[in-house]
Parts: sequence; C-alpha cells; structure tokens
Amino acid sequence: MDKLSIITSFIHSIIVMNIPLLYGTVGEILVEKSGSLNLGVEGTMAVGAVIGYICGCWANSLGVGILTAFVMGALCGLIFAVLTVSLQANQNITGLTLTTFGLGVYFFVGNALRSAKAFPTMNDYDSIRAGFEDIPIPLLSKIPVIGPGLFSHNILVYLGIAIAVLVWWYLKHTSPGLRLRSIGENPAAADSVGISVNRNKYLHICLGCGIMGIGGYYMSLYMSGSFNSNCWINGYGWIAVALVIFANWNPALAIVGTFVFGFFNTLRVSGPSLAVAFPGALGWLAGIPTQLYQALPFIITAIVLVVTSLRGNKFSSGLPAALGLNYFREER
Amino acid sequence: MKKIVALFLAVLMLLSFVGCASTGTETGTGEGGAAAADFKVGAIYINSKNDTAGYTFAHHNGIVTAMKAMGMDVDKQLFIVDEVPEDAEQVGAAVDTLVGKGVNIIFGISFGYIDAMETKAAEYPVVIFSHATGYKSNSTNFNNYFGRAYQARYLAGIAAGLKSLAIGNNNVGYVAAYGTEYAETASGINGFAMGVQSVNPDAKVYVKKLGTWADEVNEAAFAKELIDSFGCGVISQHCDSAQPQIAAEKANVFGCGYNSDMTPDAPKAHLTAAIWHWDVYYGTAIKAAMECGEASKFVEKMGTPAYYGGLKENFVDVSPLSENCVEGTDKAIAAVRKLIVDGEWDVFSGVKLSVNAQGEVVKTDAALVDNQGNEIVPAGGESVADSVITGTMNYFVAGVELV
Repeated sequence: MDKLSIITSFIHSIIVMNIPLLYGTVGEILVEKSGSLNLGVEGTMAVGAVIGYICGCWANSLGVGILTAFVMGALCGLIFAVLTVSLQANQNITGLTLTTFGLGVYFFVGNALRSAKAFPTMNDYDSIRAGFEDIPIPLLSKIPVIGPGLFSHNILVYLGIAIAVLVWWYLKHTSPGLRLRSIGENPAAADSVGISVNRNKYLHICLGCGIMGIGGYYMSLYMSGSFNSNCWINGYGWIAVALVIFANWNPALAIVGTFVFGFFNTLRVSGPSLAVAFPGALGWLAGIPTQLYQALPFIITAIVLVVTSLRGNKFSSGLPAALGLNYFREER
Repeated sequence: MKKIVALFLAVLMLLSFVGCASTGTETGTGEGGAAAADFKVGAIYINSKNDTAGYTFAHHNGIVTAMKAMGMDVDKQLFIVDEVPEDAEQVGAAVDTLVGKGVNIIFGISFGYIDAMETKAAEYPVVIFSHATGYKSNSTNFNNYFGRAYQARYLAGIAAGLKSLAIGNNNVGYVAAYGTEYAETASGINGFAMGVQSVNPDAKVYVKKLGTWADEVNEAAFAKELIDSFGCGVISQHCDSAQPQIAAEKANVFGCGYNSDMTPDAPKAHLTAAIWHWDVYYGTAIKAAMECGEASKFVEKMGTPAYYGGLKENFVDVSPLSENCVEGTDKAIAAVRKLIVDGEWDVFSGVKLSVNAQGEVVKTDAALVDNQGNEIVPAGGESVADSVITGTMNYFVAGVELV
C-alpha cells in the first residue's frame, strides 16, 4: 500500500467524481439569473446523458456527444421556457415535472436499446475512450503527490472549469450579462428600458440547460456507459440546485463550492482508506458509519442553506429578486 | 344526463358480475389444485419489470424462463406489481392487488417485504407466499428461498487466486454493498477469500463497503481506489453493476463479477462471475404449488420452509470461464465443484482445501479462524450451520481486511 498515492487518488477523485455538479450548478445559475427557477436539473442532465452518450458512440466522436448532450439539454430548457415564459406555468411544478419527464426519457430510451441489444458499449468506441483519457498539464502535473491529483484530468473537467469562468465573466463583465441580471432582478424595469425579457429568458434557459446536459454526458462517460437500473445522474441534479445557493449565484464560487462539497462527498470513498494509511492522524475516520458519510453532502447542504439565510443583508446576496416569479407584461 | 348515468350504472353492474364470476372460478381451481393452463403467478418487484439489468431483472428473467419452460403463457398467467418500496403498507396493497387478480402464488423478491409477506400469508391462507432472501416462514403457505452463493464465490475465488499467482500480486480487492452487517455479504466475502486462499495462501483480500445495495458512481470509485491505493490485481464484487469490472479493465487488472456474466462489459479483465439460476427455484416452486393441491400444503410439498439451494441444485454457479483465466482454472474448479456437489465437503468447515491448476485437491484439517484470531470452527470440525450462513455470520475470515 502506497500511503501517498491514497492522498493523490483522493484529490483526483474529488475532482473527477464531482465535476458534473459544477456543470449543473453553472447551468442553473445562468437559468436563475434570468429569474427562472428550474428544478428540472436532474431530468435535464439525464436526457443529455443518455442521448448524448448514444449519439456520441454512434458517431464515435466525443465532440458529437458533447454537442448532442448540449442540444438535448437545451431542448429540455425549451420545454421549460415555453411552459413558464410563454404559457406562464408555475415554475416549481414545471421544473419537478421536467425531472420526472427527463428520468422517464432516460429509462425509456436506455431500456429500449438494451432490450434490442443495441445499447452501445463504450469499449467498442476507441475515440470516445481515448478522448476521455486524462491529459496531464505539463510541469504542474509533475508536482509530487498533489500534482497528478490536481492537474491531470480528462478534457471535460477542463471544459467544465472553462465554462464556469466564462459564465462568471459573462455575467460580471459584459453588457448582455448585465441585461440578463437586470431581468432577474426586475423584469418590468428591464422591459421598460427596451430589453427583450422573453427573448433573453428563452436564450439563457436553453443555454443553462444545455450546460447541464453536458454535465449529464460527463456522468455517462464516467460510468463507462454501463446502463443499469440506477440512473447515472444519481441525485447530482438536486445537489446542484443547492450548490447554486452555496455559491451565492456566482459561477466562480461554484468552482470552490463544487470541490468543498466534493471533498465531503468523496470522503465516503477514501475515508476508510485514509484511516488505514494514517492510523494515527486519521484513524478516527474509520469509526464513522457509512450512513453518515452518505448523509454528509446533504447535511452540508442544509447547513449552507441555514448559514446563507442567516447572514441576510450583511452580504450582498446574489439571489435574483424576481426569482421564481413569472413576468407577464400586461400586468406591469 | 339521466340516460348516461343509467348506462354507466348498468355497465358497472355488469362488470361487477363478471368480477364475481371470475373470482368464483379461481377459488374453485385454487382448492382443487390448479393445472398449468390456469395457474396464475404473482410477483412483487422492487425495481421496474422493464429493467434490462440488475436484481429485479434477474428475478423477472428467472420467473419468465421457468414459466416458459413449463409451457405457461407469461402474458396471461404472470401478474406483476413492480417498483414497490420496502414499506409494509405498499407491499400489503400489492399483495391485495395480486390476490384480486386471482393468483395462486406470490413471489416477493426484496428482503424488506418480509413482515408484510408474513402478515398477508396469514390473511390469505389460500394463496402461497414465497419470499426471497428472508428468514420468516410458516408451516403451511409461506416459505423463503435463497441460495448458497458462497459456494459459487469459492469457485470464482479459485479463478481469482490462480490469476493472482500468475501475475505475482497477492492483493485482491472486493467491492461490497455491505460488510459484516449482513450475513449475505459476509458469507460471500468469506467464501471468495477462502477460494482465493485455497490456491494462493498468501493472498490478502481488501474489502471496501458501499453501505448501500446499489450505487454505481461509487462502485466505480471504490474499485479504482482498491487498484490505485492498495495495488490490487484482481477485483471481485458484491454489487449489481459492472462498474468494478470496467474499472479493472481500465487499469489493466482483472476481476470476478457477480449476478451475470460480465465478460461483455470488461472483455479484457473479467475472469468469471458468481451467478444465480433463479429459474431453478421458480420452476421448483411453481411445480410444487401446482401439485400440492391446497396452498396450506405448499411448505410440506417443498420439504422445507427455507429453500437453500447451492451448486448441487444448480441454483448458483460460475459463468463460463473467460480467456483471461489461467490455464488449468477449469480443472481446479471442476475438482472442488465435485467435492461440494457430492456433499463431501463444504466451504465453512474445519477442513481446508489446497488446490492447484492441475486439479489436484489436498484436504487438511485446519480451524476456521476469523480475522481477529477467534476460532469459529475447530480443526476437522463440521461446517457452520445454514442458519449462521444466512443469518448471523458477522465476521470476516483470516486474510480479509476492511479498508
């Protein structure tokens, strides 16, 4: 047993196991900044995952997979937008329905292909497998212990972080981003200065859901496309909704949030091994029951929700003022 | 409006007559012993009947295979309530639904159905209740069934042990749903570890437990950690998905699957899997139910309230050995299989086997010791009781470490 390699693999797992949370969170931030609360993250990711995986394999191209997952996610977003923006349906209910719908599509498509013995096996698609291999960053990945853990990842990890930074820059430093934020705060005011509320909402809901779709696709590759009776997304969509609050609607903070969260999430896998490797310092980790490890991410979520609501006006909250409220121009 | 209401009521009355009529005939056949053509099978599943892999799929497949082999019409004679959580109320409702359809026997496949099955078996004495993995039963119409998976795992362990010798790596990993909390997982891990040790006495089995029956994301992560951090060269598993095998393939090591032949999932890594032939039990049970005449004589007909089949009954087995197995694995497995099937030897006894790739088996008296050094069975002693293997085995044998 190599003690230091346990630490390396712990760090590596924190990132590779939890990057879908980042996709989900950043996508949801974009959606919520437009004033729409989409609780359908889980379903959107599931649709992106299964269709993206299948199309990606059929085309034997990671790029096609990413693009398909994005388009499928965006289509789920379009359903949400049509219902809530154009038809003024309740956002919470529409979001929950979208989750049920998305998981239904996931199992329907997956089981149909499995029954027909046509579900693609990732093993058969060299370029998908090769595309998902880790790409070490030169020099940085040579740092002992933490280097290979932090700086050697697959392309979708880098893409996820790049998207998070890009969305942060877009929201904070560009005029379309400013317009979007104004819609989330006060759509009537934004409308009065000539910003097209509905067009912006449509655009950003679809964009955000597309990003979630890529997160789903990531999960399909992480699970090597092995389709079983559990959904690949496994509750990540719900955690992402909570992480949005944790990150205070800031995509850059979402990166931090994902990894803080990931730390506890991954402790479940590596905790007992760390205890065996370092019985003196970390031996107590072995005494924690598995059930507590399982509950940890959700306990953290609850604590975060309490803390963020307690800190109140002292911090500038990123919560869009008009979140969850449909905008109906004639009622202005 | 009045006409519509009248029509509706008339249709309703007609339907209720049909309902009465059909229940009437069913009770009649139930008492007189049902023939294959009108025998009705009910099943309660934890997951969807449309699953294409996993636990529910394995049972559904078993029931369908058994019924087809008996020439029964699955579309007309099998009634399923699926996605029933382990909640007494919901299981009870599922039983009521199936009884309403006139089924003769109800199979409940999940452990947590146990109490509801017991209560309902008392409520409906004319229906047979059969519960997988549980331990409750009565002397008339309620039994439980499970298999000696540890025997199959011992054989898989031989394949893993020979591979570990061939690659010169004594570290073997095991991704388990639970550890010593459940006798089912503990006996499986112990059986596998003893199989490994029968060919490679220096081997160590590192176990990581998930704490849940199905968690694909972490199944992959656990296997990866066993390979990366504990240097394991063979990965075995007690979980539904093929994730540990896929992780083994990615890391260029080997593995033994569970529940189904996982060679297609990991063609370069998979050796063999411990598998179930659920249709063996379902065929036996349905046949007994048809022949026993009255539901109350079912347990008597089965001969035992707790069916516990093993290699001998072909209820458990190992999947066909893949090309990754070491030469001679088939001989070694065949030799041990013969001992078990002939009833000459069983896994958890005071007799240790030493097996090699030539198929030579040497028996030596040696105490069965757990990994804390406590003696479980003295040297030369009899095998531990079945009730221990199914219910109270809460230790790991020597050479197993939980990490």
